[in-house]
Amino acid sequence: MGRKSRISEVVNNIPPSGIRRFFDIVSQMEDVISLGVGEPDFVTPWRIREAAIYSIERGYTQYTSNWGLLELRQEVARLLDRRYGVEYRPEGEVLITVGVSEGLDLALRAILNPGDEVLIPEPCYVSYRPCTLFAGGVPVPIGSTAENGFRVSVDALEAAITPRTRAVLINFPNNPTGATLRRSDLQRVAELAERHDLIVLSDEIYSELTYDSKHVSFASLPGMQDRTILFNGFSKAFAMTGWRIAYAAGPSDLIGAMTKIHQYTMLAAPIMSQKAALEACRSGEGDMEAMVQQYDERRRMFVKGLNEIGLECLLPEGAFYAFPSIRNTGLTCEEFAEQLLREERVAVVPGTAFGEGGEGHVRCSYASSLNDLREALTRMERFVGRRLKNSPAATASISG
Amino acid sequence: MDTTTHQILHILERDARTAPTDIAAMVGVDEDEVRRIIRECEEKRIIRKYKTVVDWERAGEEGVLAFIDVRVSPAREVGFDDVAGRIYRYPEVLAVYLVSGGYDLQVVVRGPNLQEVAMFVAEKLATIDRVVSTTTHFLLRRYKEDGEILVEQEEDRRLAVTP
Repeated sequence: MGRKSRISEVVNNIPPSGIRRFFDIVSQMEDVISLGVGEPDFVTPWRIREAAIYSIERGYTQYTSNWGLLELRQEVARLLDRRYGVEYRPEGEVLITVGVSEGLDLALRAILNPGDEVLIPEPCYVSYRPCTLFAGGVPVPIGSTAENGFRVSVDALEAAITPRTRAVLINFPNNPTGATLRRSDLQRVAELAERHDLIVLSDEIYSELTYDSKHVSFASLPGMQDRTILFNGFSKAFAMTGWRIAYAAGPSDLIGAMTKIHQYTMLAAPIMSQKAALEACRSGEGDMEAMVQQYDERRRMFVKGLNEIGLECLLPEGAFYAFPSIRNTGLTCEEFAEQLLREERVAVVPGTAFGEGGEGHVRCSYASSLNDLREALTRMERFVGRRLKNSPAATASISG
Repeated sequence: MDTTTHQILHILERDARTAPTDIAAMVGVDEDEVRRIIRECEEKRIIRKYKTVVDWERAGEEGVLAFIDVRVSPAREVGFDDVAGRIYRYPEVLAVYLVSGGYDLQVVVRGPNLQEVAMFVAEKLATIDRVVSTTTHFLLRRYKEDGEILVEQEEDRRLAVTP
């Protein structure tokens, strides 16, 4: 006491990551089946790895343009047009970033004045709140519930709007819930953005992992391209998480402002990752579709299994996460995750890691082999069976 | 072929022991329908048979495999079929393919040792009428077979919990 903290207040006030604590426990145990992993279980397709190796052999080891290789921006623009029907100019409207994480950080810093508010539907990816705070903004969490399929409640968004509201940050398909939004849902968000002159930050990193319908990019809605920054990348669709390569696309004033920060802080994304991404755009779609097919099969099998063992779970329409309710066990999600790990050696992530609205749920990634998923279900069934037998709710219904 | 059937065949090709109840969940149709589709594919011989992939080396069994390039002078009416038929009836012959390029038939032979396979080629294959020449390649190492890489296991290098 007495000594002034050497750490800034903003950083000091951000609580330690719930996921980190969990990771520390898991990494000290053996024979754990981890459903806590937020990345594909596939290794990057060989043709992409090989292209990167070849580029290194040929001596591509320099900085690139701050914006990223023009060739790559052109391919990204083509890909966005081909797959989502949105048109961007490779010069001025596309920026290559080091993961969507960097892109979001740039965008928040580029648009927020101190005290500006950002509406963030929860449960959501863990970095949205801290990044908003780092950028001097005020995150305003907006809850969503399993009952409405974890879709954004436009009424709740509307109710939270103040004169300081600058932006809304959406992520569909969603981590951790796997929820997607239909065109009609997006349309209502668009009308709200129009009405209140908001910028929409749309993190669409899981767009290719959309199973029962076709992904609708927010920027493709009429009139929205000028107020949307679209974030996407290669990590999930092409199993390229470690390459840290992504892009942001949007109107030139916003992308230009982001590039101003990027040029001083990051300079450019690594050229070997950009070369790999180039190959992914040009010839990776076949590999991608094969992976998506397998996620889809595991999704159906795993979610059916969860429901059968007594953990109610909606069939998620995107990403590779199931977000079952664990309420009937009588445990909090933290207790559930910790006890499941210690008793049955299955790692899941407590829902509260993704915002308070995540209580009562755990996130299970099904980016694992079918055999591991089956074994995890067997172990979880034993665990849940013991809890249901002991829980007051179950006892009451038996005696009543 | 409809996409459900196509998908079921792919699942079985990866793992023939995948239970119909799991397949039903994976492709989103009911179990009876899965059983019906599988039965139909069996009847039409789209599904030829279910086998086990055995690593005989690991099981400690000795033995050699050879790929033999066979040049054949084709005959009127039968082409290469009669010669192929003389070859594929031997039980030690695992596969016979007619191929384009520098030779005509590619024959895969399994035997207990080099000598036995060499003798088989010299005595049985090379002496068939219209076989012009044979070149025998003994297998030294398997890297990949039936789409599976055998020499390395790609381990899961992911951190156990990530956001």
